[in-house]
This record gives sequence, C-alpha cells and structure tokens, in this order.
Amino acid sequence: MIPLSWYLILGAILFAIGVASFLIKRNIITIFMSIELMLNAVNLTFVAFASHWHQVSGQVFVFFVMVVAAAEAAVGLAIVLAIFRTRETLNVDQVNLLKL
Amino acid sequence: MLHLHTILFLIFAGICVAGALNFLLQRHPVNSALSLIVVMGSLALLFLLLGAEFVAAVQIIVYAGAVMVLFVFVIMLLNAGEEERTRGSRVALFLGVPGLIAFFGLMCWTLSRSQLGQVQIGGYYVTTQELGIALFREFLLPFEITSVLVLVAIMGAVVLARKERQ
Repeated sequence: MIPLSWYLILGAILFAIGVASFLIKRNIITIFMSIELMLNAVNLTFVAFASHWHQVSGQVFVFFVMVVAAAEAAVGLAIVLAIFRTRETLNVDQVNLLKL
Repeated sequence: MLHLHTILFLIFAGICVAGALNFLLQRHPVNSALSLIVVMGSLALLFLLLGAEFVAAVQIIVYAGAVMVLFVFVIMLLNAGEEERTRGSRVALFLGVPGLIAFFGLMCWTLSRSQLGQVQIGGYYVTTQELGIALFREFLLPFEITSVLVLVAIMGAVVLARKERQ
C-alpha cells in the first residue's frame, strides 16, 4: 500500500525532466526524444488514476497516446531526414528558417 | 515495515529518475536514446504494479521496441555525433528555468497535500479482455479515427522521407 500521490509525483518529476531537456538540448533528435519522455510521464499519471478510480478508460487513453506518439515519431523523423538532407546539420540553432 | 509494493516502487522509480537524469546529462544522442529505453522499461514494470498488464506489454513492444528502434536507426543513419555546446538564449535561462522550477514545485506541493488515498497491488486489475471490450464498444469511433491518423502518418512519412528526383 503506497499513496497514489507518489506515482503522480514520479510522473511530475519525469515530465519536468522532459521539459528541461526539451529546453536545454540542441540536437533535434534528442528534442524529439524528450517529447516521448513527457508523453510517458503523462501515461504513468493516466494509469495511476485508472487504478485509483477503477476505470478502464484511463488505460484506453494510454493506448491512444501511444498510437499518436508512434505516428508523431514517424512523421517527425521523416522531417528530420528532410532537414538533414538540405541543411546537413542536426543543431536546432542552425535551423532557423522555415524554408527548406 | 516496508511492504513489497513500496520496495518495488522505490526501486523502479529510482531507475526511472536516474535514467531520465542520464538522458538529460548525456551529450551523445545514442546514450540519450539508450537511457530513455531504460526509463520506458521501468515504467512498464510500474504499470504492472498498477495492474495494467496490457499497457505494460504495449509499452515494451511499441515504445521500447518500435519507436526507440526508429530513433536509434535515424541517429545512426544520420551519423549524429555529440552535440556541440552552444549558449542558450537569455530568455530561456531567466524565464524558462524558474518557470520550470515553479511548475514542478507547485505540482509536488499540490500532490503532497491532496488526500487521494492509497494504491495496492491487485487492488484493481484490468485484463486484456476488459480493455478490448471498452476499446471496441465505448471507444469505437476514436479507435477508427486513430486508424485514419496512422494511415495519414504513414503517407506523410513516405512523402517527406522520399528523395527528390530532379
């Protein structure tokens, strides 16, 4: 028996680390991965609340979040490939134009 | 007296936070990706502690298996090296970091004050059957819309990653 708030605080810690690495990192792929970390933190919160209120729908939401994250990763990495072909860099400081 | 649940939670939460901090501190993208896989694996075990067996399996198969393999593949394809140190913007330093600390502190303060009660192992257990029934009855329309989304994402990825022919 542990308090539910421990799980929620763990989710908050992971989300904060994800936000911090989103702000600090300069590599565009690592920035994408920190988005995945934030989504995982939210998933933990969903599952903890589903377990607390005895609702299946929380876990269904986690399923949808995973599907959307997979789709986002596929499209995002394709955009990274397209950027790398034209700019030949992965540093976001050097990718400051919308035009490819 | 420490219960088994407490011990397991502390172990896997510690691994989670350590992996996330390692993700933040490593400078090479491959190291960051591998520590993110550690975070996802221990999150799957925390899902099992919360009685979500299907979500735990999908977390391993889809996240650690498919999405992270895609990331590692792209990192190796583009031959991404260590990121160079650059000076961040001043706005990020003076607004972003205090904002993040304030957000995190507020979350922890609110959560530690809340009277949400306890969770225990086996207190609530969702089988794959129950999840499937919920998914294909209550959430049938979102499920179908998700399939359209995945189709659009596949086509977008193929179009974006294709080489331009002159």
